[in-house]
Amino acid sequence: MTKIHINWVDIGDINDIPLRGARCVKTPQGKIAVFRTADNEVFAIEDHCPHRGGPLSQGIVHGTAVTCPLHNWVISLETGKALGADQGEVRTIRVRNDNGALSIALESLMMAAE
Amino acid sequence: MTQKLVIIGNGMAPGRMLEHLFEQAPSQYDVTIFNAEPRVNYDRIMLSPVLSGEKTYEQIVIHGDGWYIENGIMLYKGHKIVSIDRAAKSVTSDHGVTESYDKLVIATGSVPFIIPVPGKDLPGVITYRDLDDVQAMLLAAQSREKAVVIGGGLLGLEAAAGLASRGMDVTVLHVMPTLMERQLDPAAGYLLQKAVEQRGIKVITKANTKQIVGTDKVEGIELDNGTIIPATLVVMAVGIRPNAAIAQEAGLAVNRGIVVDSGMQTSDGDILALGECAEVGGMVYGLVAPLYEMARIAAAHLAGDRSPAFVHSDTPTKLKVTGINLFSLGDFAEGDDREEIVLRDATAGVYKRLVLKDNRIIGTVLYGETADGAWFNDLKKKATDISEMRETLIFGQAYQGGSPLDPTAAVAALPDDAEICGCNGVCKGKITSAITGKGLTSLDEVRAHTKASASCGSCTGLVEQLMTLTLGDSYNPAAVQPMCGCSDLGHDDVRRLIKAKRLKTIPAVMQELEWKTSCGCAKCRPALNYYLVCDWPNEYADDYQSRFINERVHANIQKDGTYSVVPRMWGGVTNSGELRAIADVVDKFEIPMVKVTGGQRIDLLGIEKEDLPAVWADLGKAGFVSGQAYAKGLRTVKTCVGSDWCRFGTQDSTGLGIRIEKFMWGSWTPAKLKLAVSGCPRNCAEATCKDIGVICVDSGFEIHFAGAAGLDIKGTEILGLVKSEDEALHYIVALTQMYREQGRYLERIYKWGKRIGLDEIRRQIMGDTEKRHAYYERFVFSQKFAQVDPWSERVSGKDKHEFRPMATVGYPEAAE
Repeated sequence: MTKIHINWVDIGDINDIPLRGARCVKTPQGKIAVFRTADNEVFAIEDHCPHRGGPLSQGIVHGTAVTCPLHNWVISLETGKALGADQGEVRTIRVRNDNGALSIALESLMMAAE
Repeated sequence: MTQKLVIIGNGMAPGRMLEHLFEQAPSQYDVTIFNAEPRVNYDRIMLSPVLSGEKTYEQIVIHGDGWYIENGIMLYKGHKIVSIDRAAKSVTSDHGVTESYDKLVIATGSVPFIIPVPGKDLPGVITYRDLDDVQAMLLAAQSREKAVVIGGGLLGLEAAAGLASRGMDVTVLHVMPTLMERQLDPAAGYLLQKAVEQRGIKVITKANTKQIVGTDKVEGIELDNGTIIPATLVVMAVGIRPNAAIAQEAGLAVNRGIVVDSGMQTSDGDILALGECAEVGGMVYGLVAPLYEMARIAAAHLAGDRSPAFVHSDTPTKLKVTGINLFSLGDFAEGDDREEIVLRDATAGVYKRLVLKDNRIIGTVLYGETADGAWFNDLKKKATDISEMRETLIFGQAYQGGSPLDPTAAVAALPDDAEICGCNGVCKGKITSAITGKGLTSLDEVRAHTKASASCGSCTGLVEQLMTLTLGDSYNPAAVQPMCGCSDLGHDDVRRLIKAKRLKTIPAVMQELEWKTSCGCAKCRPALNYYLVCDWPNEYADDYQSRFINERVHANIQKDGTYSVVPRMWGGVTNSGELRAIADVVDKFEIPMVKVTGGQRIDLLGIEKEDLPAVWADLGKAGFVSGQAYAKGLRTVKTCVGSDWCRFGTQDSTGLGIRIEKFMWGSWTPAKLKLAVSGCPRNCAEATCKDIGVICVDSGFEIHFAGAAGLDIKGTEILGLVKSEDEALHYIVALTQMYREQGRYLERIYKWGKRIGLDEIRRQIMGDTEKRHAYYERFVFSQKFAQVDPWSERVSGKDKHEFRPMATVGYPEAAE
């Protein structure tokens, strides 16, 4: 039986991330890229472009999307899907923003720990 | 037999006359032109866009120097004719040149009217008539101080808008109660005043100037009610009067202007006059359409066809201020025998008024929404009885006969003889038949063949719609490639507007130039960031988040997300100490790959991002700075060993290369910039495929540019030969700055050169000392802010968030 258990893990403050920028969170399953948009929205996705594995956290953030630094794929931060003509998807991770204190939901982590 | 034709004046009317004449009678005349202005024929209507920065002088030239040569015309630039000897049939210029004529054409245009008040001759009081006036205004505008424009007519308002967009604090004084009262009724004048004021321009109506105050130069204006308005620049734009002095001295019949018959002939059978200086049927003209009509008639008469005769017609007036649309035509005074139809839409800022007499349109004023101007003009011209469509007339053509609201429907419904281009008198049928008959596919071609939209350009939209109608989907009106999906503007327009509107942040650019996205995209943001860095080196705060990752972390991202680091090796020269330091860094950080680059330096590959500051710290201790091997900026200056070692070397190529690199490092450019210096024509540094190269020869330094050895392979072009190292550096720096200011983002120097013309670059850098020095100085200035080693900055803690993870979570230790 699999029990889905949402584990909110604190990762820091919203001001640790530059506006229209990103920071990385290291986890045993790989890096997670946490983005802060111009409108102060926060998103987290796997730091791994569906195309060739580029580090999305290093890309240019515009609107609610990021352009991968390796080959310019544009990935939606909301859905994790590639925009435009490209096809592919990265995992999105839920983020909680409690007055600027950020935490991410690591459900798979719990499964892995069991 | 060839006859001698002499023309006094080189404005738009005689220019057009010659075009017609060469078409009708190609070799009938030997032509000599005397131009009091020291330049070729340009489009005077477009001076306002030059003033506001939307166009450059080069873009408004009608006939370049080549045209005069091709047509065998002798053009005396800067020669003013001081006398006409009608008995000897000759003219004499102020420089003492005398030319005899068989036929003489006087086209001396007009002179601005100067109101006779005290202080009118003070320095700082200028008129608005020619390019010199525009340049004087641009110079004055650099002060960003206060300007007063006297005159609230077409010219005055265009001057005011131009000066305001150049950053001046502008007040317009107008003697009448409302602006442009000759073209607009009071209601439209009021809307216009509001729109002008919204641009930050103050408007004072019913303003009578008492005097211009100041001791050595203009300090302000005093009105007759005692108000004093401070100003460092006063522009008089109160009107023009025909320039008929020379004709009067020669004893020709002169009234307000030089009196001519309907064939443009003066009281002397061998002398014609046309343009703003001519008076025909008791009228003088200032708008281009009737002047071009005079040109057509004068050409026919010179060619021997005496049948065409000038007939008066009303010409629509349009204001060339971006964002203000107004159209005015004919007579709109009130009267007992007249009716009017008015439409007002306050929210949309629209006002339309039609004045009717006997069920026919005699006057039209459109403000805010002017698309139906051509249609109303057509109805007026043909004196169409409008009683059938009275109810819906004011809504425009789209509402007649239930035709759909397709944007091209209005144009499609126009008859073939409807006038599209008022300036050049080009009707719809002529345009469509030229498109199909000559297989034209671009706007420029249509302009070249028909002249439609080639003067003031305000009918460009209509011409484009005609092209869409005629060519269908094969016509793509976006001839200018937009920067990206976020804007309709091309790179060049954006660059020009950044300077003209003095935009100094990315949000300001996006707001003012109406970006379609909230914060741009990965294409436009780095481009805008570069343009702003280049144009405002001391004011613009670099937008870190708009730079590509390599320029943010000052290293090159690799396919696995690690980085490569290339320290600068000046001119490719190193020593044991530097090599030892590199070896130690490689060992300490277990760097997996060390590679010698094509630019004569050493690349360290496979470094983890977190290790970058520590790697730089160790390299910095050995004296290394960033090699900017990642930058859209100066990369390397490759050298050979030159006269110090090589038995063939003619100059110290290594020393020059190092000197250039030390001078230019840190500069940002539109795309990467790679240089090389070879000590002799054997060219071991491969300088002839670089962006900029130098080949040393015995007699000096041959400067090359615009080479490529990447996606494209292309040998360089020669810029020129200079004698000393100092000059070589100076010319290379000036060339680089010209490229920095004009290149489109990511456009390498060879593509830029191809686009703007290698000769033009040579002319500005080799031929124009003043321009070259100005480019050089601007480069030197910007280097003050650019030459900071990014590695040592980051070793001292700048952007440290970039090199550390935000958090590390989920590991067993962390979970405990």
